[in-house]
Amino acid sequence: MTSGALSIRNVSKAFGAFRALDNVSVDIEPGEFLTLLGPSGSGKTTLLNVIAGFERPDSGSLMVDGVEFITRPPHKRDLGMVFQNYALFPHMDVFNNVAYPLKLRRREPADIRERVKQALDVVQMAHLSARRITELSGGQKQRVALARAIVFEPKLLLMDEPLSALDKNLREHMQIELKRLHDRLGMTTVYVTHDQQEALTMSNRIAVLRNGRIVQLDTPTNIYDRPNCHFVAGFMGETRMLPVSKTSNGYELAGRPLKLALPPSPVDEQWLVIRPERLGWQGDDERDNRIEGLVVDVVYRGDSHSISLKLPGDHEISIRRAPTESKPLPEPGQTLTLWLRPEASVLVQDSAS
Amino acid sequence: MSAAADEAPSLNVELLGADERRHRFAMFGLSVPALLLVALVLLAPFSWLTWLSLFDASGALSSENYARLLRPAYINSFLSTLEVSALVTGICVLLGYPVAYLLSQLSQRTAQILLVFIILPFWTSVLVRTYAWLVLLQREGIINTWLKQLGLISESLPLVNNLTGTVIGMVHVMLPFLILPLYSSMRAIDPVYLKAAANCGASPAQAFRQVFLPLSAPGLGAGGALTFVLCLGFYLTPALLGGGRVAMWSTQIADAVSKFANWGAASALSVALLVVTSLILLLMRWGVQRLGTSVGEH
Repeated sequence: MTSGALSIRNVSKAFGAFRALDNVSVDIEPGEFLTLLGPSGSGKTTLLNVIAGFERPDSGSLMVDGVEFITRPPHKRDLGMVFQNYALFPHMDVFNNVAYPLKLRRREPADIRERVKQALDVVQMAHLSARRITELSGGQKQRVALARAIVFEPKLLLMDEPLSALDKNLREHMQIELKRLHDRLGMTTVYVTHDQQEALTMSNRIAVLRNGRIVQLDTPTNIYDRPNCHFVAGFMGETRMLPVSKTSNGYELAGRPLKLALPPSPVDEQWLVIRPERLGWQGDDERDNRIEGLVVDVVYRGDSHSISLKLPGDHEISIRRAPTESKPLPEPGQTLTLWLRPEASVLVQDSAS
Repeated sequence: MSAAADEAPSLNVELLGADERRHRFAMFGLSVPALLLVALVLLAPFSWLTWLSLFDASGALSSENYARLLRPAYINSFLSTLEVSALVTGICVLLGYPVAYLLSQLSQRTAQILLVFIILPFWTSVLVRTYAWLVLLQREGIINTWLKQLGLISESLPLVNNLTGTVIGMVHVMLPFLILPLYSSMRAIDPVYLKAAANCGASPAQAFRQVFLPLSAPGLGAGGALTFVLCLGFYLTPALLGGGRVAMWSTQIADAVSKFANWGAASALSVALLVVTSLILLLMRWGVQRLGTSVGEH
């Protein structure tokens, strides 16, 4: 397989007054799985369309393996793409859909049959190659669309929210399957999603986009554990933010000095990132940060109880209580004390934009 | 729970059944006026027509009127009706497909404004439009005069009172009937299919031929069938622009009534036209359905 390095430089695109992409630059390594993550309107799909050649940017450069692609028409880019609603041709059966890119490349019929079979084997759809597209389920269409995108062995695979039309169980199953497939084929992959769980599960790196800019570009662990701003922290997980106030030698929360693992930045306005799974029921007053609140309600969720807690200053946070927890289940109205370890105590500032 | 359910009494069965019947009756009631109208203006006259076609001039029951349909003059006019209809439909497809394609690719707003220009002729009487063509196409009409002034021709072209004039006039009347259904079916084709084709490596021309054209085929079939069937029974334009030289089935019916006052013959011709039209419609519906299932919905 050819390398498939993608270099995006200073790409901007405006639709009237709306800046869909604002000077975006990112380098994607050969074989990397990069996810563009962001809310709708953040520019992630526009960026993918620029890469695929469906959208002409106002300025910028797009290099694939050192070759400028920016003005190349989409049919000459040799990139595989999986569309959001699959876009399988309804007038062709499964075989012909997958064979279409090969037919356009004027491959020998025997070669086409062989490659289509291989591609369908990869996605476990070989037994349905004579089916009509209308006779397939969502998950099967998804697999066929993937086979069509990889059958001509493109350097780059682009995926535009490919799992968003599937139900939750199938989506989680396909996430793992796509990840394994990526490990096996090693194609450079650019994946667009608004689902943070999906991005964390599948990616080598995640680019979080907001208002046409990349806010943070990092590994899933760092994006989740070390968000660089309020926006990224709020986008990942079930996050609540508590304002902290600056003191002469650090920060304090509800009157107590905050113990931090990392030296804080010199900014005044800071927020403490609270995630339910990082709050501990047991802690050490010397070592950990103490958080106290009034239990508002306790909701049974099957695998755990979800407990809402009201903190001073009218902030509400939630926490989970696993069935293995030895502390008794609190009741509404009780005061509950929780602990946050210094390494889990992350401060973020308001986003630059 | 299930044991209790087994023994549970069937509550309100009578009441619910009566409610269901009342609801159905009310829904049926909505269609009564339309059914009466259809019976009055379609079924009754047509039954009478069929009845008339079964009697000869002396008033005796006979198959004479139908036997006459097999005479060469009628066979020929029947064939020429099919020919003219096919020709007009063909020209409409050639002219209408690009227009419908253009409209389907424009923004909804622009397309709606342009659609007004296509629908505009609909709001003008066919008679007025046909006479307008008579003026434009005649021997010393605008078109012949211009062509002569431009030096393209030295003698006036015979553009009217013949097949040429008939076809021009009919195409003008029929074009919207082809464009409108075709346009709406093209609108329904998701543009993402063309993107997907491009991504697979298809040039715009290949994507059009291999993806868009097959996907628009059901709409083309429906529009073509509508145009063809309307052409089969078209009277006014062939009568005025054909100058009596284009023997359409419809003009034969008119002649049978107005020239020969032979109601029996006219009725038999009408029944035959209706039967043939229905057969062609059925055949085309079957064809379009087959196309539709092979193309599928998305």
